[in-house]
Amino acid sequence: MSKAPARTAPRKRAAKGAKYELCLYVAGNTTKSSAALANLKRIADEHLAGEYSIKVIDLLKNPALARGDQILAIPTLVRRLPSPIRKIIGDLSDTERVLVGLDVKPHA
Amino acid sequence: MTAHKKRARAHETPPAGIRKAQSGIAGLDEITGGGLPAGRPTLICGGPGCGKTMLAMEFLVRGATEFGEPGVFMSFEETADDLEQNVASMGFDLKALQRRRKVVVDEVRVARSEIHETGEYDLEGLFIRLGHAIDTIGAKRVVLDTLEALFGGFSNAAVLRAELRRLFDWLKQKKVTAVITGERGDGQLTRQGLEEYVSDCVILLDHRVANQLTIRRLRIVKYRGTVHGTDEYPFLISQKGISVLPITSLTLTHRAPTKIVSSGIPELDTALGGGFYEASTILVSGMAGTGKSTFAGHLAAATCERGEKALYVGLEQSPDEFLRNMQGIGLPLRRYVSEGLLQFHALRPSAHGLELHLTTIHQFVEEFKPRLVVIDAITSFFGMGLNAEITSMLVRLIDFLKTKRITLYMTSLSDEVRAAERAGANISSIVDTWLLLSNEVANGARVRAVSVVKSRGMAHSSAMHRFAITRKGVTVQSVQPLQRIS
Repeated sequence: MSKAPARTAPRKRAAKGAKYELCLYVAGNTTKSSAALANLKRIADEHLAGEYSIKVIDLLKNPALARGDQILAIPTLVRRLPSPIRKIIGDLSDTERVLVGLDVKPHA
Repeated sequence: MTAHKKRARAHETPPAGIRKAQSGIAGLDEITGGGLPAGRPTLICGGPGCGKTMLAMEFLVRGATEFGEPGVFMSFEETADDLEQNVASMGFDLKALQRRRKVVVDEVRVARSEIHETGEYDLEGLFIRLGHAIDTIGAKRVVLDTLEALFGGFSNAAVLRAELRRLFDWLKQKKVTAVITGERGDGQLTRQGLEEYVSDCVILLDHRVANQLTIRRLRIVKYRGTVHGTDEYPFLISQKGISVLPITSLTLTHRAPTKIVSSGIPELDTALGGGFYEASTILVSGMAGTGKSTFAGHLAAATCERGEKALYVGLEQSPDEFLRNMQGIGLPLRRYVSEGLLQFHALRPSAHGLELHLTTIHQFVEEFKPRLVVIDAITSFFGMGLNAEITSMLVRLIDFLKTKRITLYMTSLSDEVRAAERAGANISSIVDTWLLLSNEVANGARVRAVSVVKSRGMAHSSAMHRFAITRKGVTVQSVQPLQRIS
């Protein structure tokens, strides 16, 4: 029932045709969330320059999306594209693991 | 002034302690003294297939439909479709309840393989999700089934434990009555030790096989601030939901009727000092062929003759055999059957578990509303469980019938000479009247004899009375001094 808005919101951004469509779920402006966003931007700029889009979803503002997108942990990074969907949780401080999780780098 | 006010307020609310949220589950509210602790979490644990999800679901659905308390069911294991199908067997329409905004079912998928962990996180998403569901329908009840699945999805146990503790505190702040289910673990109630976080109420379910029969049981491990039953109570899951036995009181507060009813055999009434007290429990023991069922037939006939209903639960003969046999000795029981005063309920001892038998008896009694229940013979139950279990079940049945002011007549078969007294021994202390039937040997012939071993509150005879079974029923002869051969 809440699945529809969850899908459509990020897809609007995806229209730009980025190869990596990334969605970061946060809950308010916490240290972990800010750290995750900063880490994500840094990693993306370094490894996916020009190939990505980032959308930040604040669940405090859109609580229904937590259910539709099966979010439990905060912060959660969802790679919507390329498919299949992948989820990475945590403040993204471990760059290596983020790259493996995004499938940018093969498993070490 | 303030002290006075305080005192006045104290009078208004009795010091009953905690507020309860009625489960609506038959029997559970009785043994918990009114339900689960309102506004607090309760842990329901047990092994796979023990009925945790069903119990949690019935609590939620009854809350939404009977007590005006909408509920959120967060399922960590089963899909919403599976849940809907499973509970449809208990007569619940989850889809309709969701449409009417009485229930929200949120299916949480947890799979570690899909999730990569990179640094610090918390479970705020779960809180937001649950909070949103609660707020959407104004939920008063929450089920988390089973929360421990989270441990399969996240590897950082320290974070999880901290978050679970926070979750339980948060649920209390939200003032929702929560049911958390957990799988039984080795040496502890739940695999992840959830009992550590839930301190108010813990219920343990069990599902075991004894004598090839499956018996489900429920036990309240703890319930802070409440006097509760501590036994293991059998329960079953039927089309009408869960019912926990006993269905009625655990107390001995039932009012004692003073009316005396006839046994249907005038001379026996005399020996009994008038007859039986209404709503009393009568045990008749004796060997095979001593006339136990015949005495039951007389009592049933006398009951129906007064225009009252009698329920005959037969475990040994089919109803038709019994009717024919009674017809043969002049008891026109068929007529009472056609008049709707006498009803038969034939049970095959091995067909069901013990608790199922007793529950069906309960259901029959509730529907038919008899004034007399005959169980012929309780010894048939004794192959079905441990003696202690059977005794405890019979005690509950007796309590139930007494509160309903129904007379209970039980026969008990003893299989060896002189064992008749033993056959009744394990429940004889809880029956009001105990008749012993025997075949005595006197003057080279077998002679039928009945004696009143006990009859509470009645000036009964202590002699052995000779009786005969004739084409006109049982005739008891005058006191017959008999020499027993010991």
